[in-house]
Amino acid sequence: MSGDGLLTLRDVAVARGGLPVLAGVSFAIAPGEALVLRGPNGSGKTTLLRAIAGLQPVDAGAIEADPDAIAYAAHADGIKGTLTVAENLSFWAGLFGTDDISRALSAFNLVDLADRPAQALSAGQKRRLGLSRLIVTGRPVWALDEPTVSLDRASVGLFADAVRGHMEMGGAAVMATHIDLGIDARELDLTGYRAALPTSGAFDEAFQ
Amino acid sequence: MIRLLTRDLRLAIRAGGGFGLAVAFFLIVSILVPFGVGPDRATLAPVAAGILWVGALLACLLSLDRIFATDHEDGSLELLATSPVPLEALVAVKALAHWLTTGLPLTLAAPLFGVFLSLPPSGMPWLIASLAIGTPALSMIGAFGAALTVGLKRGGLLLSILVLPLYVPTLIFGADTVRRGIEDLGPMTPLTLLAGITLGAIALLPFAGAGVLRVNLR
Amino acid sequence: MSFWEYANPRRFMGLSDRLMPPLFLLSGICLAVGLIWGFFFTPDDFRQGSTVKIIYLHVPSAMMAINVWIMMLVTSLVWLIRRHHVSVLAAKAAAPIGITMTLMALFTGAIWGQPMWGTFWAWDPRLTSFLILFLFYLGYVALWSAIEDPDTAADLTSILCLVGSVFALLSRYAVNFWNQGLHQGASLSLDAEENISDVFWFPLLVCITGFVLLFVALVLLRTRTEIRSRRLHAISLRERAA
Repeated sequence: MSGDGLLTLRDVAVARGGLPVLAGVSFAIAPGEALVLRGPNGSGKTTLLRAIAGLQPVDAGAIEADPDAIAYAAHADGIKGTLTVAENLSFWAGLFGTDDISRALSAFNLVDLADRPAQALSAGQKRRLGLSRLIVTGRPVWALDEPTVSLDRASVGLFADAVRGHMEMGGAAVMATHIDLGIDARELDLTGYRAALPTSGAFDEAFQ
Repeated sequence: MIRLLTRDLRLAIRAGGGFGLAVAFFLIVSILVPFGVGPDRATLAPVAAGILWVGALLACLLSLDRIFATDHEDGSLELLATSPVPLEALVAVKALAHWLTTGLPLTLAAPLFGVFLSLPPSGMPWLIASLAIGTPALSMIGAFGAALTVGLKRGGLLLSILVLPLYVPTLIFGADTVRRGIEDLGPMTPLTLLAGITLGAIALLPFAGAGVLRVNLR
Repeated sequence: MSFWEYANPRRFMGLSDRLMPPLFLLSGICLAVGLIWGFFFTPDDFRQGSTVKIIYLHVPSAMMAINVWIMMLVTSLVWLIRRHHVSVLAAKAAAPIGITMTLMALFTGAIWGQPMWGTFWAWDPRLTSFLILFLFYLGYVALWSAIEDPDTAADLTSILCLVGSVFALLSRYAVNFWNQGLHQGASLSLDAEENISDVFWFPLLVCITGFVLLFVALVLLRTRTEIRSRRLHAISLRERAA
């Protein structure tokens, strides 16, 4: 738990839909590291990643990270069908103040598709566009929820290369995924952190 | 933030009729009213100001639920919430984009529809002034309402129920400006009050809107 | 002991259990005494005849319609600032009572207005304000019922209550401005303090007390129900997860 960690979780507990899901999750990620969250469906991977992204509060513990350090990618890619691939990316690049989209386009093999409207892309191509957004954010910590959904094998390879390149540049990633990306990454099985259900008590049991 | 605005405007244009739909609705209302109340100038002229304001308000209401809904559906809203843009600014920019695509065209088209409804010429400048000053409040209040109902199924109907009562002061002062303008009874008073509501809404509602967005994204 | 400890659900359940019976009893006595006194033992008004006696329902319900909203505003603020669940549940519990009071004020007003003004409804600023208040109540209740997650609903309705309060106040003054020319003055809208003599004033005061007590008792009762249903919700969630 050193001070130079990009992201540190201490005893984090999160809840979803009023029920506690995870408790006592602690880990730290330093530059150049990646962490893969494992666990069956419903084990709280998405909830934990949303908490890391700052979208939902933690019930206990603390998430220590610079709020401007985390780039989040969820199941939905936030792509506007009427804009072209390049326009979609430029928008995010401008928003994050980086403005250079060429590296992101080439990393995900989107250069030839740059002028095509996003609605004409296949599901896998859309996903690549969604993931290329991570590069234009210029943020060090990638928090990724099932990043390889609907990617073919070649695209998964592109994605793994992108993550590796990101780590070499001093970035870090925490991701929930079921497949083996061939990245040098630690694994954290969330099944061990399943929160105990609250015991039946008096009238204040429904209100923590 | 300018990027966000240009994106929203570009999306509105590409989606086809982003600018036109509200005006078309406004036009239809202005045409239907004479069918309902009769073509007589003497009947139409006194109610023209009110009809035009109510029509503008309803036209505005129509497109409110799209302010955040499309971004919520495709996941952009979550990504925007984790971007460097503060949510308060997001709400304000969304309201501005909504005003540019509905409030502004409505204001520009209103004099034409005023002619349909036999609005006395002396009321025209006041109609334009009151709409120009009042419609930003409609967009801002609407953006708050849209943020409130963004995650809900059947949010559209609920949105109208929540937003319309909030529109009451704007409507009263807006329509009263035109009415007083026609009769030369000091339209500056309601117009100033209307400006006060607009400024107050722009100053405060982005914070309320960001607050409810945060809750809805949780 | 801090005042806020009563916001603990368990403590609230205990206290409200003890408070409710005397509150209901007292409010019943006040209402019975006030209404019987008002209806049967006060003279008819020289101008309005016996119709004036509807004030014993009209004035208290109108007062409560506004006060309930103010109470909801305060409890919503308490929830947003201090996160006491009982507070926001009390606001939720109060809203339907507020709706009832508003409707009662509007209906009794219409019944009174017919013989007095010759019409059930006039766009008098005061009447219009109550109609708008009714719309705000409606929106608040509709929002509560539309959201499934109780904490999300609590946050959103509380913020709506805050924003709504500002706009309700604005509407109140806007409506005054809008129809000041037609406003018929105190003789018809009946400012109780100014217009009526002690003979009517005392039973009215008893009635108002009865309404306030009844409201407090009903809010306690309904808040208890809300706490129980909240607990049920938690239990069923747990059962499903287990």
